[in-house]
Amino acid sequence: MNPDYLDFEQPIAKLQAQIEELRSVSDQDINLTDDVARLEKKAESLTTSIFSKLTAKQVGQIARHPKRPYTLDIVNGICTDFQELHGDRMYADDHATVGGIARFEGRPVMIIGHQKGRDTKENIRRNFGMPRPEGYRKALRLLRLAEKFHLPVLTFIDTAGAYPGIGAEERGQSEAIARNLFEMAKLKTPIIATIMGEGGSGGALAIGVGDIVQMMQYSTYSVISPEGCASILWKSADKAAEAAEAMGITAQKLHALGLVDRIIPEPIGGAHRDYAATMDSLREAIKGSLREVGALNTQQLLDRRYERLMSYGQFES
Amino acid sequence: MSWFEKLIPSRIRTEATNIKKKDIPEGLWHQCPSCNTVLYRQDLERNNEVCPKCNHHMRINARRRLDIFLDPEGREEIANNIGPIDILKFKDSKKYKDRLAAAQKQTGEKDALLVNKGTVFGVPVVVAAFDFEFMGGSMGSVVGERFVQGVNVSLREKIPFIIFTASGGARMQEALFSLMQMAKTSAALTRLAEQGIPYISVLTDPTMGGVSASFAMLGDVQIAEPKALIGFAGPRVIEQTVRETLPEGFQRSEFLLEKGAIDRIIHRNELRTEISDLLSMFQHRARPEGISQVTEAEPVVLKEPVAGEVPEELIEKEASSLDAIIEGEIPAANNLPIQNTTK
Repeated sequence: MNPDYLDFEQPIAKLQAQIEELRSVSDQDINLTDDVARLEKKAESLTTSIFSKLTAKQVGQIARHPKRPYTLDIVNGICTDFQELHGDRMYADDHATVGGIARFEGRPVMIIGHQKGRDTKENIRRNFGMPRPEGYRKALRLLRLAEKFHLPVLTFIDTAGAYPGIGAEERGQSEAIARNLFEMAKLKTPIIATIMGEGGSGGALAIGVGDIVQMMQYSTYSVISPEGCASILWKSADKAAEAAEAMGITAQKLHALGLVDRIIPEPIGGAHRDYAATMDSLREAIKGSLREVGALNTQQLLDRRYERLMSYGQFES
Repeated sequence: MSWFEKLIPSRIRTEATNIKKKDIPEGLWHQCPSCNTVLYRQDLERNNEVCPKCNHHMRINARRRLDIFLDPEGREEIANNIGPIDILKFKDSKKYKDRLAAAQKQTGEKDALLVNKGTVFGVPVVVAAFDFEFMGGSMGSVVGERFVQGVNVSLREKIPFIIFTASGGARMQEALFSLMQMAKTSAALTRLAEQGIPYISVLTDPTMGGVSASFAMLGDVQIAEPKALIGFAGPRVIEQTVRETLPEGFQRSEFLLEKGAIDRIIHRNELRTEISDLLSMFQHRARPEGISQVTEAEPVVLKEPVAGEVPEELIEKEASSLDAIIEGEIPAANNLPIQNTTK
């Protein structure tokens, strides 16, 4: 099995291996370009076909792909002049949350996002992208800074959840998340929240209250991880696939339910297969979203945000 | 009854063991889950379901909570027309619809939050109380909407809003809708804050997950009942994640007070007077007259059964462990990085 491919992508991996083989043979006088082209076409249609009917669990696998673009990749990809700003001024600098000021399409913006690591060492430093309270408090500080200087806020969400640790509880994980929900509801500057990979519960929502909430095509957003849900409701973590399906964690499903405003298309095979294309797609989506909320004055913006928040929920009356 | 006794025709069976049961009505005795004392049910009720011996605060349902806290007259139920629906057709080992029906039958309520407008010592307030018996007090769309409608009454009438929480967290069967209730309820509180209307949050056992990480922690004053479990992630989850033994008293009210997360711990019997007095100061009113007239409750003289007097099966016991439907109880393994490329 090819480790660059997920389990359900192995047929594509096999084709790719054949293509590589043909290419290497083709170098030695024999012209196999036609065969290579034929196989490449086949690989593409196979990918399209596999990706057209992904299960919720498979989307979850892509969302957690270790090569998926993270916040700092995005900042490099779509912004210029990024200056990272650190610390919550109270306790520490959380490395699972990054933020700072940058230019997007020439215009200053505030960036706040989760950050996972690429290797074990960095992942330990980044706490596997799971913020502690100081991460949320850093985010809050940057949100207020953005408000003060009239900067639109772009948040990028990709976390399994807020970190469940002793210190995190001692320092008020609950309060830190709650405070952000409260403050974001009334922040006097536009907020565009983008779910990049995993939108894990309260840890995701704590930087996810916005005027526009958009999801990457193969990202997920859920109240609890499918594994967590399965082990509580099915009493077995093995039922994660069923739990993922039942909760409806994909962009497509959540968009249909009206909980998400926009789905941002990803290149075929997922964001990690083509960073440049992903960045183009993301840039366009953010431009569009900023244009949409840019037309509103502050009061209209806040009223619209409030109404939107109040509309969440389904019940009989 | 043993197999041997069953063989004997009922006519001639000796009924020695049954005599006592007939004499003692069921539900007369209740065992304190903390100190194991067998308590006379009436004593316990008179003491607002707090063990007179060890002061253990037992869980109480929303109706009882409102009865203890509010004046008996002039109450008005808010948003009780709102009921849950199974929008996702959610089914795990059971259908959500069936779980709802069972919870409704068990509790007699439509969902896990009750909201009342009423008075405390004659002063108008809106009070919301969670019913932990209703699917672990989990928060779905109905809880969120009722909360907001309660806040709206507070805003309209400019009267304080008080919440008593008891919840495992978000209701998984409503998936992302339930997560969004955290944002919805917290947003509603911004309006109360703008208007300078007091919001008091009283945390009772247990307050975890999405409820803890939203309106429960946003009170102008944060009060807790003694020894309530309060936190974001469930203790088991944390233990599995950090692989350490948790410190003594971790995530209990006293621990939170020590860490600066809450303002006060107040005994259930004093919540009514203390909160009422607190509100009167926030609102620049005189101390409500009724308060000084409250006579010290007579100390409950414990009536304990003589050993062996009460058959074991006639003693009510309460489950001390958390209900299974608790969002805070995410197994740690799932919060660790998941390597999903195949080997």
